[in-house]
Amino acid sequence: MKSVLPGARLGGARVVVLIPYLWLVFLFLIPFLIVVKISLSQTAIAQPPYTPVLDLGRGWQGLKTFAAALSLDNYSLIASDSLYLVSYVRSIQIAAMSTVLLLLLGFPLAYGMARAPRRWQPALFMLVALPFWTSFLIRIYAWINILQRDGLLNQLLIMLRMVDEPPAWLASDTAVYIGMVYSYLPFMVLPLYASLEKMDESLIEAAADLGCPRWKAFWLVTLPLSLPGVIAGVLLCFIPIVGEFVIPDLLGSSQSMMIGQTLWTEFFLNKDWPVASSIAIVLLAVLLTPILFYQRMQTRDLSERA
Amino acid sequence: MRPAEPLVRFEAVSKAFSSGIAVDKLSLDIFEGEFFALLGPSGCGKTTLLRMLAGLEGPDSGRILLDDKDLAGAPPHRRPINMMFQSYALFPHLNVENNVAFGLKQDGLSRREIAARVARMLSLVRLEGYEKRRPHQLSGGERQRVALARSLVKRPRVLLLDEPLAALDKKLRNETQFELMNLQQQLGLTFIIVTHDQQEAMTMADRIGVMSEGRLMQVGAPAEIYERPNSRWIAEFIGDVNLIEGQVLATDPEGLMIATGSAGPLRAVSPSDCKSGDTVWVALRPEKVRLSCERPAASEANCVTGNVCNIAYLGEHLAYKVRLEAGFTMKATLPNTTRIAEQRIRSDDRVWLSWSEDAAVVLTR
Repeated sequence: MKSVLPGARLGGARVVVLIPYLWLVFLFLIPFLIVVKISLSQTAIAQPPYTPVLDLGRGWQGLKTFAAALSLDNYSLIASDSLYLVSYVRSIQIAAMSTVLLLLLGFPLAYGMARAPRRWQPALFMLVALPFWTSFLIRIYAWINILQRDGLLNQLLIMLRMVDEPPAWLASDTAVYIGMVYSYLPFMVLPLYASLEKMDESLIEAAADLGCPRWKAFWLVTLPLSLPGVIAGVLLCFIPIVGEFVIPDLLGSSQSMMIGQTLWTEFFLNKDWPVASSIAIVLLAVLLTPILFYQRMQTRDLSERA
Repeated sequence: MRPAEPLVRFEAVSKAFSSGIAVDKLSLDIFEGEFFALLGPSGCGKTTLLRMLAGLEGPDSGRILLDDKDLAGAPPHRRPINMMFQSYALFPHLNVENNVAFGLKQDGLSRREIAARVARMLSLVRLEGYEKRRPHQLSGGERQRVALARSLVKRPRVLLLDEPLAALDKKLRNETQFELMNLQQQLGLTFIIVTHDQQEAMTMADRIGVMSEGRLMQVGAPAEIYERPNSRWIAEFIGDVNLIEGQVLATDPEGLMIATGSAGPLRAVSPSDCKSGDTVWVALRPEKVRLSCERPAASEANCVTGNVCNIAYLGEHLAYKVRLEAGFTMKATLPNTTRIAEQRIRSDDRVWLSWSEDAAVVLTR
């Protein structure tokens, strides 16, 4: 009995560890490899709409012809046509700008939450998380209502006599930024709040005691200590905003597209699955740098706490 | 000789929180070069008093003076006072060197001077070679010394220590007590320490202020507080004591006669304000009682008899509980001078307890 029990427990532990691995293999790694494979294929009027298709019935010979038909043509197309490059750059620009706006708005918000009386904090936390209870799509449609020519915003501005002519908000970068900042604010506020909330108040007192005025203590103590939260919030917003599709599609102009929209066009309008796949792979490669950076931060944070 | 002017003066200082009164019209003078301990049970307001001196809390009423200047309106960063926090409050993102240098950098000193003073301070607290470590890489005792170095490096007029040894284990605590005393003498600074540990306060402090519920119950040198407590509360709070209630029977120039219901008539040296018929309490420390198996030949001023009902072996001494014929249970401790096998007094033995008339203190409140 004695020798069996620890082994059995270990077996149970293995199963528990296996589940996320299986999840990752079947729902992430295999689909990813399929996308890589499609990105190396050629578009075709067929079902599925690309060649070559792997035919395992023809054995080794089939595998060889299949491998010979794969090419990097789609990648050279992406590199040669400035449409794609412009799209990538614009996506990164919008994501960077949105993230800066989110940080400027989110930090004071999270700071206020963390400094609020203890008994209010659950309610404030709830208020930040509350929008998640409504469908994301519905919330963006609501912004169309607010931002349209005779929408709530213009009605308010005219009522307050701040404008004479109702300005056009929709189909502009402003609308995209409003949508981005609104939608991603919880992703910025919550990690910031988490890192500010656990900060020991006596550190600020110690700084003051050692001759540091309050505003300076913020720069020397509060901000550096909330840096893990800042980085987490920045990456949690920046990475998905680069690939954002719904917000620029519904609120932005049709003239300049973000990479998510370009991908959507290739896939659904041009039915060019291989080019759409290569766009996705390049996007992933672009975002891998900040993702890896985030991972390293996380492991360092964990090991420091241990 | 103590200088006439106090360095720190609390004048009728009060402070209340929503949870109750923390400090109640408290007045206290602390002198330059003193090692002063604020001693009291948790929640007695001693930490609040310290935080008001540091400027981290403002008093509701009363004045706090430093060098005869009112500190009201001076924010903590403008006070020449530094504090060592109970949690140490070391900056986790800075290494040892930068933690200690933090206060000096705020004063805008030159890099060379900062480096020299930090190095000197780190060698004083025996932390050379730890400059580049971060707080989470240090042991509790090392962290404590970084906190101490950080609060000392600015050479404050007053150093405040909030339960500085509470987080250390017993052995380290005892060693550190002596280190703190040496540091204070070496640097000639004024230390105010807050503690709930009376042994700690007795060991280190020149004077102790015992606090309860926001008030100072007694201020004095450790021996004074132990030997001449001014109330039953102090007598019971500091050390162990037998408190015997009684009425003054008669007074004479040498002392007084007290009738106690539970221990018979007792003789003691009189406190100044005592007259016949007053209710008083005789406070007698257990170690001042002589314990013998036979009736003592040379008759002491006080001699009572009873049966041993409990013996506790405490290593360096033995604690006896003796039930007197009149009903009082008297505590007596004897130094453990013999091996346990040779103990002559056993449970249920009849013993005599005797003490001189100046061994006990008569308390009127």
